[in-house]
Amino acid sequence: MSGLSIDKLSMRFDLPNGGSVQALKDVTLDLKAGELLSVLGPSGCGKTTLLNIVAGFLAPTEGKMTLNGHEIKGPDAERGMVFQQGALFEWMSVRDNVGFGPSMKGMPSKEKAEIVNHLLDVVGLQDFKEKAVYELSGGMQQRVALARCLANDPDVILMDEPLGALDALTREKMQSLVLKLWKETGKTIILITHSVEEALLLGERLIVMAPRPGRIHKEYRLPFAELGVEADLREVKKHPDFAVKREEILGMIWDMEEEIMGRSEETA
Amino acid sequence: MTGLILPVVYIGIFAVAAFVFTRIGAKKDGYTALKTVTFGDESAVRPNRAAGIISILTLFLLWGMFTGSSLIPSFLHAPAPFKGETSFEYTVEANGQTDTATVAVLVHEREETPDTPAIEEGDGIAKNDSIKVAQYRSQLVSFDKNDEVKRADGAKVVAINGTPVVPGDTVEIEGGSVTISDKGTPNFQPENGLQMEPLYLPSPEAVVERTGKVLEEGFRGTSLLGHLGMSLFRVVAGFICGAIVGIPLGYAMGLSNWFRGWFDPIVEFMRPVPPLALIPLVIIWAGIGETGKIILLFLAALWIMAIAARSGVSGVNIAKVHAAYSLGASKWQIMRHVIIPNSLPEIFTGARVAMGVCWGTVVAAELVAAEQGAGMMIMVASKFQNTDIVILGIILIGIIGFGIDMLMRGAERIMVPWKGRG
Repeated sequence: MSGLSIDKLSMRFDLPNGGSVQALKDVTLDLKAGELLSVLGPSGCGKTTLLNIVAGFLAPTEGKMTLNGHEIKGPDAERGMVFQQGALFEWMSVRDNVGFGPSMKGMPSKEKAEIVNHLLDVVGLQDFKEKAVYELSGGMQQRVALARCLANDPDVILMDEPLGALDALTREKMQSLVLKLWKETGKTIILITHSVEEALLLGERLIVMAPRPGRIHKEYRLPFAELGVEADLREVKKHPDFAVKREEILGMIWDMEEEIMGRSEETA
Repeated sequence: MTGLILPVVYIGIFAVAAFVFTRIGAKKDGYTALKTVTFGDESAVRPNRAAGIISILTLFLLWGMFTGSSLIPSFLHAPAPFKGETSFEYTVEANGQTDTATVAVLVHEREETPDTPAIEEGDGIAKNDSIKVAQYRSQLVSFDKNDEVKRADGAKVVAINGTPVVPGDTVEIEGGSVTISDKGTPNFQPENGLQMEPLYLPSPEAVVERTGKVLEEGFRGTSLLGHLGMSLFRVVAGFICGAIVGIPLGYAMGLSNWFRGWFDPIVEFMRPVPPLALIPLVIIWAGIGETGKIILLFLAALWIMAIAARSGVSGVNIAKVHAAYSLGASKWQIMRHVIIPNSLPEIFTGARVAMGVCWGTVVAAELVAAEQGAGMMIMVASKFQNTDIVILGIILIGIIGFGIDMLMRGAERIMVPWKGRG
């Protein structure tokens, strides 16, 4: 069985004062190989917790996950991760960052150099390969992070708000790049974002999560990612359905935020 | 007097130079020139190069001025102590008779031993006298030794240079002053001027000359470089031992609960203990030889390096560790490729602090007891009043301490260029 399967996943954190927080409750999700899923939700809905569990950094209190038929127990090279920022190794050049995964596997240097060169071409950083990563702009750093993840050829790529810290223009360019890489490599991708537009543009599937306890509120299948592979993203945004979906989801999240506010006012 | 004039002269030079160079020669350059808000903007404050140069020159100028250095023109010198011949007259009264005689005075430098000036005794009941006195000293004039009337006969001095005096009075004369003691004896005190006595502060050229001499002959059986090399060797040996034990200890404390729990109380207790406070115990345990010194410096460096390595590990952004695991790195590979490089900047900072502390500690330890070393050199020199060697030693200790820090900074720039850029 190919793909990622998440079955009745629950996560409860115990608090030092004796109470506990139900971060996730009965999250069930099946992702076929090559699907791009974006995850939206108000803060505190457990998106990042979900991603950390899938990455293997956290063990769930209940439920289980399988990838291609085997159970996920901890972090592994089969599930690559792209972080918001700060996860590059600043003591290495761009080339060594991208080649980190292959080096860890002990790949012969010639083979590794080919992979690295190819990926630097893909993300457009061939001229910067000898530079230190701290000399690059934020957008370029995220390109390095993408290339580093791809160099390891993972089955699933997990992205935790990878474009969150970028300015609007760079962000748009990077969104195109993510779509292009998705189409070219055929990877399964889970992308967490705060931006409704980004979730709509990039998500072939989209789930909206609700807080307290964190759960899947609604799921969509969207045509925009397929369109975006070919067309300009600004053209995609003009699609009649785009504005409708955006308003719907914004309203949904807005209501959730209202509810949270109301509830905390009650307790206060 | 000197103690008051010196700061006044220093502040004067500071103020005048500041006025000249900031008002008259003011020229800003670059981006800062366009800033309208500079007061309160720390980034607009750059050390003024002219001020730096003048500051150093002023120190040497003051040193030269107040020691009468031959390196600067003599009109800049503070008034020198009197040297040469002078004389004064005293009037003796005995049995109703009075007579006046002259005292020839020779003031000489302390190292010289000249003859007392030759004089003719002259006539009358008081005969002429002659004395010699070293600079900064005073001399009682036993005026009645060659006189016809003695003090025992009731002879007493009633006037100096024609000024009537009683015991306790002081009369200023050329090149000094004469005070009549309680017992009626004139006491000559040459003028000290405003310069420092070489015993307290030798002139710059005396220090340079002594440097040449010590370089040539060594000090206490060891060459100058031998003394400094010995101190440096102790620092380097102690520091390396401290780093070899401290860095792995710090890593273990940063990576394992058990190590953290076991060593935290020890490290946190030992960290605030000044290494100097350990000197007596180390001497009791290991004696005053090399072993004791290196143990002391090892202890001085150990805690600093352990804490630096520990905070280097704790400072790793967890995202980097997660990223490395997701890229398939093993625990050992994470140690080697993520934790160690990430902690190097902290370790270098710790090493700089540790080297500084070790250098201070070694000098102090050598002051207490040592056969060789920079601290021993200045301690022994001070016991023999060789102030020039003391000053030479202090300057060299300062230069070496500064050099160590520069070296560590240079190494840091080359080895961890990513410091503070993550």
